[in-house]
Amino acid sequence: MTNLLADFLSALSLLNVSLAFLGVMAGIIIGALPGLSATMAVAVLVPFTFSLNPSSALIVLGAIYTGAIFGGSWSAILINTPGTPSAVATTFDGYAMAKKGDGDLAMSISCMSSFVGGMVGVICLALFAPPLASISLAFGPTEYFWLAMLGLTLISTLAEGDNIKSLIGACLGLLLSMIGVSVVGGDMRLTGNISFLNSGIEIVSAMIGLFCIPVILDLTSLKGKHLNESETPKSLRLVESFSIMTKNKFATVRGALIGTFIGILPGAGGSIASIVSYGEAKRTSKNKDNFGKGEPEGLVASETANNATVGGGFIPTLCLGIPGTPPDAVILGALLIQGIKTGNTLFTQQSDIVYTFIFGLALATLIMLPLGLLMGRYAYKFIIKVPKEVLIPSIIFLTIIGSYSIENSILNVYFMFFFGLIGWVLNRAGFKASPIVLGLVLGGIAEQGFVQAYIIGNAQDAILANYFGRPISTAIIFMILVGLFYPTLKEKFFKKKVLIND
Amino acid sequence: MIKLKSIINKLIVSSVILVMGIASANAQVNNIIPFGPGGESDVTARLQQKYYKEMFNEDMVIQYKPGGGGSVAWQALNSEKNDGSLIMGVNLPHIIMQPIANKNKAGYKTSDLNVFTFFHYTPDAILVEASSPHKTFKDLAAFAKKNPGKLTLSGSGTYSANHLLVIQLEKAGIKATYVPFKGTGAAVQALLGKQVEGSAGYSTVASKQGTQVRMLAVASEKRLPAFPDVPTFKELGYNIVSGAYRGYALPKSASLATKKKLSDRLMKINADKNFVKTMEASGYVIVNIGHDQVGKFMAEQKKINESIAKTLGLIK
Repeated sequence: MTNLLADFLSALSLLNVSLAFLGVMAGIIIGALPGLSATMAVAVLVPFTFSLNPSSALIVLGAIYTGAIFGGSWSAILINTPGTPSAVATTFDGYAMAKKGDGDLAMSISCMSSFVGGMVGVICLALFAPPLASISLAFGPTEYFWLAMLGLTLISTLAEGDNIKSLIGACLGLLLSMIGVSVVGGDMRLTGNISFLNSGIEIVSAMIGLFCIPVILDLTSLKGKHLNESETPKSLRLVESFSIMTKNKFATVRGALIGTFIGILPGAGGSIASIVSYGEAKRTSKNKDNFGKGEPEGLVASETANNATVGGGFIPTLCLGIPGTPPDAVILGALLIQGIKTGNTLFTQQSDIVYTFIFGLALATLIMLPLGLLMGRYAYKFIIKVPKEVLIPSIIFLTIIGSYSIENSILNVYFMFFFGLIGWVLNRAGFKASPIVLGLVLGGIAEQGFVQAYIIGNAQDAILANYFGRPISTAIIFMILVGLFYPTLKEKFFKKKVLIND
Repeated sequence: MIKLKSIINKLIVSSVILVMGIASANAQVNNIIPFGPGGESDVTARLQQKYYKEMFNEDMVIQYKPGGGGSVAWQALNSEKNDGSLIMGVNLPHIIMQPIANKNKAGYKTSDLNVFTFFHYTPDAILVEASSPHKTFKDLAAFAKKNPGKLTLSGSGTYSANHLLVIQLEKAGIKATYVPFKGTGAAVQALLGKQVEGSAGYSTVASKQGTQVRMLAVASEKRLPAFPDVPTFKELGYNIVSGAYRGYALPKSASLATKKKLSDRLMKINADKNFVKTMEASGYVIVNIGHDQVGKFMAEQKKINESIAKTLGLIK
């Protein structure tokens, strides 16, 4: 116990606190700019951390990472453009709220939700890391396949508007996910001899195009302001946000737990976590019909979940040496250079550094709350106040910089505009961007899981048992079936009840 | 409140400047990594970075240009500056196998790349999870021979170094089922979760995952200093030395003097005791293939890889 206290105090040194502060601030800015990723921010800073002691180095990296994941919600709320795939679900209600004139409220709620999610993730990391890491190992290719299927079935519950059109959009996304050299098998598919496409569709630039370009075109062609101004422009609407958070405390906690749990699965992470959390919130909410039209509960569900994946993602990174997310991979590299051996002995043999890091992450999350609220206020005001003539070119400038910087390549910029045009045309025809992006993200996970499970099952002469006979798979299949048939069953049940009442 | 506001303003501005300053640091050698951050090309370049600054008082600025599995960067290399201010990471067997596997549609040919040095490689290795019944490579080989195809081995990617190891083992009579994953992390996850019997991975896995795994054999020339108890394939009677070799290339038009200068510099870093120590502790093996030996080395590797490509039916 005294040891833990010492670790806590060493995390609180002036240097560490100021590093965490600067890290969070830089992280938020990077995360808020679509295309500038947390991975890149962390990678650029790694060499600067060599001169620091290991725990300070880790704290600044963790702080940037935390800040960047939260910052991603800003562009989702203010310009309908998720900075990372994990912020897709944030656009559903975040942007809708902003349009209605509740942008400031959405920014505050997003900050509070990210704080709660981040904290729950960090607490789970501190208390339950080793057991959770062993759970993540129970997820093999089969489970990843079914998890991706679960995400795909949720698309129909997620998106507002026409169900059939959502499904068509998801299929288009799945088709797009097949472009490139397949991971399993190495076949070249649908690349049209363009070698740029060999590694598949770059998701972030496609996302910027699909989400952001239609907004810019509408902004240019329609009269009126980008976002309606809030009626109470002078305040952060803290009391209101807080009461919304407490009213939705169940969704908050559930989102944080879902985020942590899915965060421990390397490769699945934030993108699935926020969709599942959003889907669950919508399924069980009293205000179901308001989802997608600016329901704060939806925003809470998505933002708690994606920030909880930060702490969750560090669980396999630290306990198993397997990076949970791409930024974790960079941080893992930095750890090795600092001479830290990851693995199941880390928490016992080098516990001082680990706990200092975890406290540092908690500190960064704590700093993020006031800092995010204040900075969010500025970002919101800027977007609201700036005239359209300045706003539109600025956003276009950001989309270009953003899509260029993903791979330092102009091809991604062309690509982004190409998807933007497609997105705009589809939007006019009533197809939303989110099912396409979700299909694109989940398609790869589903396909690889399916084929790997087939190869392994085939080698063991137990193909069917490998798909359907494993306990966790069975549980996920059950969840899929409930998700698919629950509405129909409920309707029947509900009708009966009404009849009895008559 | 006004004071607080101005402080926040200043802080925001200064952190923006900090971020921009880092991004545009005074560049001397731009090191273009054709993959994303966090991979082994990135990690090893970052290890060199510090020594480059110390020894030559020049910055090595690492940039990422992923896209097309490396091909986007490589096909643009020959139109880059040739004065030695830009070098680009290359790795084997990637730059040989990618054009073959993509049926010459990778956008570049192996011969387009003016490789001037290889400085290390990550040997392939066969690993099992710590509790596996296969204690030695002999146990594993006996299992595979008794149950052809039943031995599942996870690895990173198709036609990668890991995949080629499995093919070479198959040629030597050990038939296993290779299960490709997207990246080493996912392959190791499957190994630790016992989704597969073992892994055809890299020696670095044994350093990273420590006691969670057992390395049964390593495809290096000599035993690794960090793992003195792990036999090489050669000792076990299989003539297999393979892995992912990493080096650098220049545009074709670069002068011999430029090639020599950069090659000498990287070889000098390779000779530094601390650099070697860090690299070896992580499971990497230093090789000193300078600009005058690269041609011969590449030709040898090409021969090996092409014979495997024939086995795979990729070329006739």
